[in-house]
Amino acid sequence: MTHLGNPGASGNSAYATSMEGLKASGVLKTATADGPGQGGPAVGGAPEQRPANGRSAAGVLGNGWARLLLGLLLPAAVLAAWQWCTSTGLFSSVQLPAPGAVIEAAVDLVQRGELAQHMAISTQRVLLGFAFGAALGLVFGALIGLSKVADVLLSPTIGALRAVPSLAWVPLLILWMKIGEDSKVTLILIGAFFPVFTTVSLALRHVDKNLVEAGRAFGLKGVKLLTTVQLPAVVPAVFSGLRLALAQAWLFLVAAELIASSMGLGFLLTDSQNNGRTDRLLLAIVLLAIIGKITDALLGVAEKWAVKRWA
Amino acid sequence: MTAVLSSRHAAPASAEPSAASGSALAVSFRGLNRTFGAGANAHTVLRDVNFEVRPGEVLAILGPSGCGKSTLLRATAGLDAPSAGSVDIDGTPVQGIDSRCAVAFQEPRLLPWHTLQANVAIGLPKTSSAKQGKSKVARLLELVGLDKFAKHRPREVSGGMAQRASLARALARNPGVLLLDEPFGALDALTRIKMQDLLLDIHAAEPTTVLLVTHDVDEALQLADRIILLGKEEGREHDGATIVRTVDVPGSRPRDRGSVELARMRRSLLESLGVDGH
Ligand SMILES: Nc1ncnc2c1ncn2[C@@H]1O[C@H](COP(=O)(O)OP(=O)(O)O)[C@@H](O)[C@H]1O
Ligand SMILES: [Mg+2]
Repeated sequence: MTHLGNPGASGNSAYATSMEGLKASGVLKTATADGPGQGGPAVGGAPEQRPANGRSAAGVLGNGWARLLLGLLLPAAVLAAWQWCTSTGLFSSVQLPAPGAVIEAAVDLVQRGELAQHMAISTQRVLLGFAFGAALGLVFGALIGLSKVADVLLSPTIGALRAVPSLAWVPLLILWMKIGEDSKVTLILIGAFFPVFTTVSLALRHVDKNLVEAGRAFGLKGVKLLTTVQLPAVVPAVFSGLRLALAQAWLFLVAAELIASSMGLGFLLTDSQNNGRTDRLLLAIVLLAIIGKITDALLGVAEKWAVKRWA
Repeated sequence: MTAVLSSRHAAPASAEPSAASGSALAVSFRGLNRTFGAGANAHTVLRDVNFEVRPGEVLAILGPSGCGKSTLLRATAGLDAPSAGSVDIDGTPVQGIDSRCAVAFQEPRLLPWHTLQANVAIGLPKTSSAKQGKSKVARLLELVGLDKFAKHRPREVSGGMAQRASLARALARNPGVLLLDEPFGALDALTRIKMQDLLLDIHAAEPTTVLLVTHDVDEALQLADRIILLGKEEGREHDGATIVRTVDVPGSRPRDRGSVELARMRRSLLESLGVDGH
């Protein structure tokens, strides 16, 4: 990653992998999309190309519902194994309660009106922190990706800030903002900021120079050049950054709620641990997995649309 | 479109620059020099380029690959600054990107997320109204034979079609100086001849000065009023390229592709380029 020349890019291995993924998926390749080797099909057919061989397998895998069902196979197997382990008495109910017990715990919490509250407040924190963090990441990423001066002035500082392990912020945030919503949302903001910042600044720096020059040759400059050439070119990369940021936001949510809170799924985790309620603990984990997956899938739909529209 | 196409028969393009008027602008290269890098890495590409391009003239620039043809065009467009000397358009030096020029680059350089139509519209001058612009884009797309592909994205069409869209984008600007960097290189032989004729039609209908970079001697002879040959001067092989030969192409366009005189010039030009013309 270091050859990409962003001092902020070498902090966290999670980002590095995902940037590699970006390039592998062709998202960061927008730069060469219009190169001289453009020997595409002469007639404007659908750009979608599926291999013609293995028609039946490809057909099944291309069907959305079939894919969903196939994707549920492994969770179903895990569930069955879980049920088997508990019913044969392999684990005690404190170590591993049966799936049914987890469902009962859920029903119990729903009846007390607590579960919805936990879920709502956690989701709200994630969405707020993600929105502010992503917005700031976009602004600073654009600034540093486009301006050499801003890069020289800001990059070292941002790189150093990113090197601070996230939990190190917690005491300071609590000291400054008390144990309220602000400190939690701010921590999540910090988590969401860096993936967006990194992808945007890197992608802007690698926008096809030829395209930018063509834009300038036809009189585009400043904001007009940015909105006509540079931003559209990085839209797919921005979405990849947003998805990383969202995952990061959920991670930081749990960190924030584990440490200091009286509500939320992270609180449910610590509270259940202290009371020996493994059923609720497992419930919290399952809920985090489900809500996290749903928010990521929604963003994934937006990403798909954006890549089709802009790449 | 019909107006432009029929104008060719009504008023054939003349080799006389005086026939051109209106927006066609003179271009002068004055002691132009371009050196890349500094110190031990300095690498002179162009040196001592002095030339006056008449307003409305079609000037072909020939030369081996890598001799600095694109560099010369970029300096004219203001995309690149000469290391010494200057380029003057209509008597005023080019400083920064010059709105009097329009470029069709060697590669199409279309925005992949726009339709061909939207890409051509980027070439429109700032002053044109939305309605004027729209009909002009439609007319240009028809001229370059892409009206059926107006709504397609660049990656959905062939390289040659993208190149034609790029030409239309440059034409949309109604430039005083039209800079074409091997615009027909990616086209098949038949489309190339069509596009060459089209260029002449447009040039006759809307006078503009054309600087046409090409590696195709026949194309130069067919389209140009004059040809300059860029290359290294004998005995100065380690310096940059300069104008080693200037040729006035006789006769008015459209020229007979089979004429004996042109065949002789072709041979002589190919010899200058270091190719056996037989
Ligand atoms: N930005 C640049 N930096 C360094 N060298 C360059 C640059 N642009 C062009 N050159 C060099 O200038 C020479 C001429 O390039 P070019 O004008 O593209 O040639 P042509 O168009 O005649 O094929 C080449 O040797 C190329 O390496
Ligand atoms: Mg070139």
